[in-house]
Amino acid sequence: MNREQIKAALTGRGIEAVVIGASAGGVGALLHLLPGLPAGYGRPVVALLHLPENRHSQLADVFQQRMSLPVREAADKEPVSSGTLYFAGSGYHLSVEQDRTFSLSCEAPWHFARPSIDFLMESAADAYGPRLLGILLTGANNDGAAGMAAIGAAGGLTVVQDPDEAEVATMPREAIKLRAPDLVLPLKDIHTLLLMLENI
Amino acid sequence: MQPSDTDIELKMLVEAIYLKYSYDFRDYTGASQKRRVLHALREMGCDSISALQARIMHEPAAFSELLQYLTIPVTSMFRDPTYFKALREHVVPVLRTYPSLKVWIAGCSTGEEVVSMAILLKEEGLLERTMIYATDINPRSLEKARKGVFPLDAMREYTANYQLAGGSRSFSDYYTAAYNAALFDKSLCDNVTFADHSLATDAVFAETHLISCRNVMIYFKKKLQERAFGLFHESLCHRGFLGLGSKESIDFSSYAPNFEPVMKRDRLFRKR
Repeated sequence: MNREQIKAALTGRGIEAVVIGASAGGVGALLHLLPGLPAGYGRPVVALLHLPENRHSQLADVFQQRMSLPVREAADKEPVSSGTLYFAGSGYHLSVEQDRTFSLSCEAPWHFARPSIDFLMESAADAYGPRLLGILLTGANNDGAAGMAAIGAAGGLTVVQDPDEAEVATMPREAIKLRAPDLVLPLKDIHTLLLMLENI
Repeated sequence: MQPSDTDIELKMLVEAIYLKYSYDFRDYTGASQKRRVLHALREMGCDSISALQARIMHEPAAFSELLQYLTIPVTSMFRDPTYFKALREHVVPVLRTYPSLKVWIAGCSTGEEVVSMAILLKEEGLLERTMIYATDINPRSLEKARKGVFPLDAMREYTANYQLAGGSRSFSDYYTAAYNAALFDKSLCDNVTFADHSLATDAVFAETHLISCRNVMIYFKKKLQERAFGLFHESLCHRGFLGLGSKESIDFSSYAPNFEPVMKRDRLFRKR
């Protein structure tokens, strides 16, 4: 896909926030996708990678070393701020409230996952409506498909990693099957899209 | 943004619950509450939140069923083992200096946290002089907690947690296994008072030395958090301790200046 097509997909949308879901193979995919986003990036980026329970997540530290924008674990009641990369911590579901603050909860795991991508994406779709960009990457799980469908149904932009490129194709495939996303792209192009968001 | 029909119905439902049953969920955080109500809808066979509201208005039994979804009975023994380890190392030495103790476990759910605290206090030689108040808003959870019976298949995880929490005995000494259940030593709960108490609507009932309220505040909006921290501040004795869930903090509250961190990572605070 070329830049013109990506630009056409972005034009007129007024995207205010980005949520990204990933599972198996997700660290590698996020390392291709996120470093290179400039300091002062005009939107919050919220990434949820499935993690083992009870283990303190090192993701924010790992990515902070590679990025110029601030990276941190999303904290309960914290306002969702532009120009910040947030990671969901382990053992709690992460949601975005309608007042655009984060909230945590301990409901049972969903699709064996806590945090759940569906829960994050559905709540963010409620908070941002059509002004949300949802991205779903590699994974061996059904989580995220319903969340991406909720973003699409609310009029948001949905982008799924090309299953042929994904380290594990299940998660992108399930999302595509449930509701056709706006774009199916390799990581390189999703990275381009994230950069182009700044100039739309 | 225009509120959706679901949001309007949800607001009316919690208002109806408050007016009819005096349970106040109006200042609970929205996203998780909405998920749980939608889940309850499906399980209870209602087509809409309005239909659910009509049912709970006319059938008290339906309300008590809905209450099981509105509260979150997800808990385990010695959950976040380092929290209990920090209690042993940093709080117990101070508690030892009191001739008698009062501990409040707010939001005790089905009692796992109560048993954990009782075991810890017993091992530290403090249980006999301690009164534990274990409170929750869900009567069914309290009933379960009173029984002291837990699923046997959870014991492997709890044993590992117990050891990580600094427990040095054999965890199985504390329960008897029978029919896939673990029945905990009744004497652990001799000094426990289980009681219905709401942080949203009730007042302080005792002066306490330690309050453990974990994974409750995350469900509260700021206004309700303020109320709860106010109750804790009022209940705690001079230099009393407050323990929160591993992702909870008092930092954003107006009560923050009234507390100092004891172990920040383990969310243990002490009244100034």
